[in-house]
Amino acid sequence: MAVIDLANPTRFLAVVNRVLPWLMAATILAFAFGLARVMYAPDDYQQGATVKIMFLHVPAAWLGMMGWGVMTVAALGTLVWRHPLADVAGKAAAPIGAAFTFICLVTGSLWGRPMWGTYWVWDARLTSVLVLFLLYLGVLALYWTAEDPGRGSRAAAILALVGAVNIPIIKFSVEWWNTLHQPASIIRSGGSAIDPSILMPLLIMAGAFTLLFFTLHLAAMRNEILRRRVRSMRLMQASRA
Amino acid sequence: MSAFTALLARDMRIAIRVGGGALMGALFFLIVVTMMPFAIGPDLALLARIGPAILWLGALLASLLALDRLFATDHDDGSLDLLMMGRMPLELAIAAKGIAHWLTTGLPLVLITPVLGLMLNVELGAMGWVSLTLLAGTPALTFIGLIGAALSVALRRGGLLLAVLVLPLTIPVLIFGVAAANAAIVGPAPFGPPFTILCALSLASFVLGPIAAAAALRHGLE
Repeated sequence: MAVIDLANPTRFLAVVNRVLPWLMAATILAFAFGLARVMYAPDDYQQGATVKIMFLHVPAAWLGMMGWGVMTVAALGTLVWRHPLADVAGKAAAPIGAAFTFICLVTGSLWGRPMWGTYWVWDARLTSVLVLFLLYLGVLALYWTAEDPGRGSRAAAILALVGAVNIPIIKFSVEWWNTLHQPASIIRSGGSAIDPSILMPLLIMAGAFTLLFFTLHLAAMRNEILRRRVRSMRLMQASRA
Repeated sequence: MSAFTALLARDMRIAIRVGGGALMGALFFLIVVTMMPFAIGPDLALLARIGPAILWLGALLASLLALDRLFATDHDDGSLDLLMMGRMPLELAIAAKGIAHWLTTGLPLVLITPVLGLMLNVELGAMGWVSLTLLAGTPALTFIGLIGAALSVALRRGGLLLAVLVLPLTIPVLIFGVAAANAAIVGPAPFGPPFTILCALSLASFVLGPIAAAAALRHGLE
């Protein structure tokens, strides 16, 4: 089926309704398998059981970045091809990406407390994730303030593209700033290679979280389409009355 | 006179006349810098150390101030529609408006920086360099701000939304601006690399800002 066929929301909803239960089942299975592997993963010889936070923290960081990637692709779809579903895809991805970025920040902070002795350091990575979160909040603020969903989506699409150009620049400059201010970085760059007994569960968990992302994304897209239908029906009703 | 210079002259004339608020940004800058010693104490050694940071933050906030009026007034009186229908590419028109905006709000900030630097105990010899970093960096703030101004006028929302959208994007400018200013005052890092990157940021945003702002206006106001 070509992408253009999915432009019809009714057809898209039919596909989603067929795919979503399978995707949900796959997500649950992947999490069950991944969590079982995490349970039996050995503790780190230095960090003890706190290393288990990594299985939530690292996938959340990856998906926080992937969320912006999805938004960028959707933004191109909105602005270049005017694909009606790209609007919906972009809007649905923003809160999910923001949530994963937030989870990454919170778990990182909780992990940092026992390991580094502080909840927050102005490390290059932490700072750039925080800035990514702020950019997500900007996009969400655009959606919140727009009266008309179409107009809001186009504005957010432009912001998503501007962000996609800027995020690498911000990342690079934060790293420059960090090396300028505190040369002794806390996170070892490169570091020791992760042992397979921890790496495998991590990859499985990353896969499970990615499935979760797409499950939530599809469900959110479905909800957004239904919400727009409700809105236009209400508008019709109001104009008739 | 070409359309570009005509638009530039018109925008500057409006900004300078009564109600334009060209100098309001500079006044705000002065007040912000005056407030700082009240918050952190009158310790001159400390002020000298964080002086460049205060100057840069003040300039950043002051350049945000007037931005939300940039397209809003033109949108209200209909001249924005004329600009969009005109033969001149919208990107070029927005670049003209951006240049006019920088000349009337960004340049005054650069010009009063030496005076404010004196109040913050910034070394006299380094003052020229600090002003130079602002001269190189404030165009980037204006042209990144254009995007936020266009987005907020397309949504008919102003004020805080613009700051929320624009401020995260200006982080690189702030980092390299303060880095270059600090390098000029205390060293030991060389002044060249951060300063050239700052210039690069200004030039890149001079190109990309009008394009993104024009896209925002076209898609938002249709």
